[in-house]
Amino acid sequence: MLTLQCPYCGVQCDETELSPGGEAHLTRFGPGSDDTEFEQYLFLRENPRGVHFERWRHAYGCGKWFHAARCTMTLEVFGTYPAQVTEPPADLIEKIREKRPGWRWRDLA
Amino acid sequence: MSEVVSALHGRRTEGSVAVRDTGPRGMIQVRGDLGAEALQSVCREVAGSGFPGQGGAEVSDQGAVLWMSPDEVLVLTARDRAAEGVTRIGAALAGTHHLAVDVSDARAVIALEGAGLREVLARLTPANMHPEAFRPGQMRRTRLAQVAAGIWLTSETSAELICFRSVADYVFDLLANAAASPAVGHLPVA
Ligand SMILES: [Zn+2]
Repeated sequence: MLTLQCPYCGVQCDETELSPGGEAHLTRFGPGSDDTEFEQYLFLRENPRGVHFERWRHAYGCGKWFHAARCTMTLEVFGTYPAQVTEPPADLIEKIREKRPGWRWRDLA
Repeated sequence: MSEVVSALHGRRTEGSVAVRDTGPRGMIQVRGDLGAEALQSVCREVAGSGFPGQGGAEVSDQGAVLWMSPDEVLVLTARDRAAEGVTRIGAALAGTHHLAVDVSDARAVIALEGAGLREVLARLTPANMHPEAFRPGQMRRTRLAQVAAGIWLTSETSAELICFRSVADYVFDLLANAAASPAVGHLPVA
C-alpha cells in the first residue's frame, strides 16, 4: 500500500484516495517542435527500478495535483511537493542522494 | 417556491451507533484567498463559528466553516439562510477574485452518534480514524466505499459527514450496514 502526504492538505492519503498522473517534470513539446522532440514528449517515459518522480492528484480531497518522489521497488516515499515547479526541491534531491547513492533519473543524479 | 426536501427524507437508524439524516442544511461553497481577513470574517459571520486553518472544521450550534482545500471552504448555515449568506459573502468580497455558490441542494449531511462511530467509519474509509490521528476540529475529505465524502467529528461520540446528494442513499445504506455489524474492538471506543 502506498501512502502519500498531500502537500496542500497535510493529510496522509491512501493510494485509493489519489489519481495517478504519470511521470513528473515532463517538458511539453507542441507545435513548432521537431518530430524527435514530439515523440519523446508524447511516448517516451522513464521506467526505473528505484527512484522515480511522479504526478498524483488528491482526487478524493482537495483535488489538486502534486509531485511525489518514491522508490518503485520498496515503495519508500522520499517526499511530496507542490506541482508549481519544474524540478524537485534541492533538499529532496539531497535526501535521495544520501539514501540511494549513485541513483539516476533523467538528468538528475 | 418549491418545497425544500432533503435527499434522505429524514431517514434514521437506531443502534449502538445511530445514523441520521440531518435534514435540509444551508451550504455555501466559497473559493478565494483564504488568508484574506474580509473572506474570513464574512464566513465567520454567516456560519456563526470560527474560521478554520488547514484541514480544520470550526463548528458552532448555528453552523460551521469546513476547510476543503487551500482555496475553498464550505460554510454551513440554516437552510433558509443560505441565499442571504451568498449575498452577504458576495457583497463582502466584491471586487476581489472569489466564488460563492449555494450548494445546499447538491449535497446531503448525515450524522453518526455513538461511542463506536470511529470503527463504523473505518469500515468504509481508508483514512485513519484512530483518536490520535483524527480529532474533533479536523475536517477529513476522503472516500466512503466508492464515493467522495467529508467527515468531521462534533464530539468524541458524534460525527457529521457530507456527500453528494445523488449518492446520499448509497452512503446512508453503507453507514447503516456498517453500524449494524458487531464491534471488532480494534479502535479505542470513546
Ligand atoms: Zn490535498
